[in-house]
Amino acid sequence: MVAIIDYGVGNLFSLRSSLAAIGAEAAVTGDPAAIRAADKLILPGVGAFGDAAALLRRDGLDQLICQEAGAGKPLLGICLGMQLLFDYSTEYGRHQGLGLVPGSIQPIRDAIPAGYKVPHIGWNALHFPAGRPVSPLFRQIREGDCVYFVHSFYAAHCDENVIATAEYGPELTAAAAKGNVYGVQFHPEKSGDVGLAILRAFCQL
Amino acid sequence: MITKRIIPCLDVKNGRVVKGVNFLGLADVSSPVKLARFYSGCGADELVFYDITASAEERALFTDILTEVASTIFIPLTVGGGINTVDDFDRVLKCGADKVSVNSGALRDPSLISAAARRYGDQCVVLSVDAKRVDGQYRVFAKGGREDTGLDAIEWVRRGVASGAGEVVLNSIDTDGVKNGFDLELLAAVCAVVDVPVVASGGAGCAEHFRTLFQTLPKVDAGLAASIFHFGEVAILDLKRELAEAGIPVREVRAVR
Repeated sequence: MVAIIDYGVGNLFSLRSSLAAIGAEAAVTGDPAAIRAADKLILPGVGAFGDAAALLRRDGLDQLICQEAGAGKPLLGICLGMQLLFDYSTEYGRHQGLGLVPGSIQPIRDAIPAGYKVPHIGWNALHFPAGRPVSPLFRQIREGDCVYFVHSFYAAHCDENVIATAEYGPELTAAAAKGNVYGVQFHPEKSGDVGLAILRAFCQL
Repeated sequence: MITKRIIPCLDVKNGRVVKGVNFLGLADVSSPVKLARFYSGCGADELVFYDITASAEERALFTDILTEVASTIFIPLTVGGGINTVDDFDRVLKCGADKVSVNSGALRDPSLISAAARRYGDQCVVLSVDAKRVDGQYRVFAKGGREDTGLDAIEWVRRGVASGAGEVVLNSIDTDGVKNGFDLELLAAVCAVVDVPVVASGGAGCAEHFRTLFQTLPKVDAGLAASIFHFGEVAILDLKRELAEAGIPVREVRAVR
């Protein structure tokens, strides 16, 4: 069973529906016992980093997620949920993340040339870092496949853990992984068949 | 590289798609769910649903349909029509919409844009504007293009984006239905004053009009149309192939195991 961690952030309708569409058994839950019992965890999220991190801490879910991930349970962060996996974010002040993947969350505006719009919204192609094996998360898709992004901040200083990038001026982190912890900046639940194939690969880890 | 989006628009009334739909091989051509699935399968990058009903019962039917679409189609969905309050945002977002488009509702109460953007984020709020040339000026029209508000369209868009609209859909009443191409002049004027995505609407008659749009105005992010897609005059797969051949970045669609 996949636990979609519910901590009061964002709309989980599409994520739940997309997991149902690939035949995965999933539950939206904030219950620690259910999260412990699940064999995989998905950390979703939209909105501001600081608010989301505070909600996770309020419910004690930050420690629980770190324990479960530390014990080897596959964890997938999506969008803001991906950003929360890193050490800290500079969105509206400095906020601590879960520290499961080394790196920090920085404004896209500081990384891209003038003329590029922020947020980075739309379908963009995934590039896999050269000279590294393709992540198991992407074993059912191909380099160059497009996925749907909506974000104004991105994961920086995490090169060794980057498993995919997308070109928006420079190559921005599209996905990162460290061991059993995976994060995707894009929305697989809104990325058509390619997105479903990524979710399916995660569920089959 | 970010790709240019192609967006079919579905007007839904009493649970059916109106404006005429004429597909070969689709038995129930006016079913929003079937059409959504068809468009998603042939490469539409996003779908826009306009609720053109008025009564509460019909509104409930619309959200039922939206829920069904969002349960089976996994591309971004934008919903418009009858969005007058933040509660209306809530109602359609809960049914799986990703973005909500405001038009007359924002004209009546401009604070709707900022209130919704604060609650759901700028990326969720789409400002839809019906504009028409009057006395050498672009004017905003309300109520589906029937009423001249007297507002300057460029200024209204600029204000809307400053208030938190994360995307602008610009419908040119002058070119809408004429099938002679998008209103490049109006779009250029809007692109010059905003730095959020701009969606062109009104006037597309053939694939070449999309190519001209993206080549002439690189700042335009997406092209929206209804009847030319519904009537099969332009097939999205062919359109995207043509755009790709012209060097315009588009999302390739292929079957994934």
